[in-house]
Amino acid sequence: MKVIEANKLPGLAAALAGAGYRVVAPIRDGGEVRMVVWSPGAAIDTRAIPVNSAKDFLFPKAEIIGRCTLDGNDFRPEDVKPVAPKTVILAARPCDASAMLLLDAVFNWDYKDEFFNARRAATTIVSLVCTTADEQCFCTSVGGAPDATAGADGVLRQADGGRSFILEPLTEKGKAVAAAAGAALAEGQAKADAPVEVPVHFDAKAVTEWLGENFESPLWREVSLACLSCGACAYACPTCHCFDLQDEATRAESVRLRNWDTCGLALFTAHAGGHNPRPDQAARWRQRVMHKFSYLVERLGRLGCTGCGRCARLCPAGMAICETCREIDEARKAAVK
Amino acid sequence: MTENLYQPILMRVADVRDEAPEVRTFRLQFADDADRARFFEKYRVGMFGLYGVPGAGESVFCVASPPTRQEYIECTFRRTGRVTSALADREVGQPITFRGPYGNSFPIESWRGKNILFVAGGIALPPLRSVIWNLLDRRAEFRDITILYGARTVADLVYKQELADWGARSDVRLVTTVDPGGETPDWKGQIGFVPTVLDQVAPSSAEAVALVCGPPIMIKFSLPVLTKLGFTPDHTYTTLENRMKCGLGHCGRCNVGSTYVCRDGPVFTLDQLRRMQTTDM
Repeated sequence: MKVIEANKLPGLAAALAGAGYRVVAPIRDGGEVRMVVWSPGAAIDTRAIPVNSAKDFLFPKAEIIGRCTLDGNDFRPEDVKPVAPKTVILAARPCDASAMLLLDAVFNWDYKDEFFNARRAATTIVSLVCTTADEQCFCTSVGGAPDATAGADGVLRQADGGRSFILEPLTEKGKAVAAAAGAALAEGQAKADAPVEVPVHFDAKAVTEWLGENFESPLWREVSLACLSCGACAYACPTCHCFDLQDEATRAESVRLRNWDTCGLALFTAHAGGHNPRPDQAARWRQRVMHKFSYLVERLGRLGCTGCGRCARLCPAGMAICETCREIDEARKAAVK
Repeated sequence: MTENLYQPILMRVADVRDEAPEVRTFRLQFADDADRARFFEKYRVGMFGLYGVPGAGESVFCVASPPTRQEYIECTFRRTGRVTSALADREVGQPITFRGPYGNSFPIESWRGKNILFVAGGIALPPLRSVIWNLLDRRAEFRDITILYGARTVADLVYKQELADWGARSDVRLVTTVDPGGETPDWKGQIGFVPTVLDQVAPSSAEAVALVCGPPIMIKFSLPVLTKLGFTPDHTYTTLENRMKCGLGHCGRCNVGSTYVCRDGPVFTLDQLRRMQTTDM
């Protein structure tokens, strides 16, 4: 098996960078660990759950999807190609890797989005079997697991009590990464550490069922009262994919940008004429939960939540979608009795 | 590699017509004839497009002209925000960007031999105008055509010249109305709200379909009248116009429950609407 000592992960990153990959990894910078592009000297930290998700590298915060050359009142549309460098995402959490399957479905269920697809094709995901979790983790409630490999091209398993890692390729892309690592990976033996245990908090199928019958529930108002409508939950979410299109221009050129957006913001659905079909935060929070646990299940056969818990870690008002789902599950059980 | 879904085509403003205060119609010509051919291969009445000005952005409007006229397309819009203002400022000869056509369409082929009733209010006549002209350009295939159109005031009626043309035709029954107080001294049409006038006009529902487009309040009060007249929910059509950005089923903002207005719509039967989670509209 391919083995690497834990303190030599930067060597693996360096070898892959040397082989032409843009290497993304969980990097500690001050008090935070974020998924960022690795550069020499950066500290890879596999213990903490990164603040942001790996989504950022397939579906960036802002992306140019159109460009025009301007000439007074005249203009000429120019070709825009996706920016899709060969990338490896090292030590992505399983909840981030499985989120890719949902994004694949969203960006291809009808029209095919070449910007997303080009980056997806150029990206290799090496997930990390979780040996650490915190109280916000709930992957096991939404069909995931700390050692799940869905969406991953390869997997890193912590071994020998944290002294080393085993790299196991799962796909051709994963094998290419292992080959590109060269001498950074050694042939050897190691004993994989046990994955962390994540308790199950609710029954996702039951939540989906309840949502189908409770569009008009007093719960929506109650659970949304704390919401400040800041959007942090969506921006940290590995599956949130809603976006806005906005133009920016100089005298000579205009660009059309695809920017992250979220159903939690009041302007998201506001009509030019003043009408807003989702007029209050209760309607918007309902949309967020319904989209993830009902609409996507109905339309694409997948939950729009992988249980990463980032939304709850970041929420300034202490809201948590896991908590809402647990309340729903309990409300349903109480109704059955 | 697939094409860039967001790449617009170039259209030129061929004609500008002012319809009502701040409401304008553009006739648009395709800069490239290959784009024109591609458009009309797909286009059916009911579909929409994204019209844009670089630097301002894109806005969604229906295509207001029928596929029976393949030299151009037309759209009618109200100057409201940044994009519609930038569009309204465009003059004859100047270019705009266009993407489309997107969405589903009215199943007009299944209406051959039937009576057709149009009920429209205010700025919501444009999505029905394409259907009206489509049927009139193929007049022999359809039976009685009744158009009931109302607006707040006489000034707010759009397509005034076309209303005069339709009114003069013997093969169209046109009823126009304005809200009480919206009439002018020389107004010859009805005075009253659309649902009330619909009740008085009482078109037959036998072998008929109804198309209703207008402000939510007009639709709300017209539907019971249509039901009373015998129009069934599966023979009553409308269009939904939620805010959209992509038109491709990706950006996630036009949905009503699990229904994407941009892909599953914008045309829906009343039957379909009733099964939706409607407070999202």
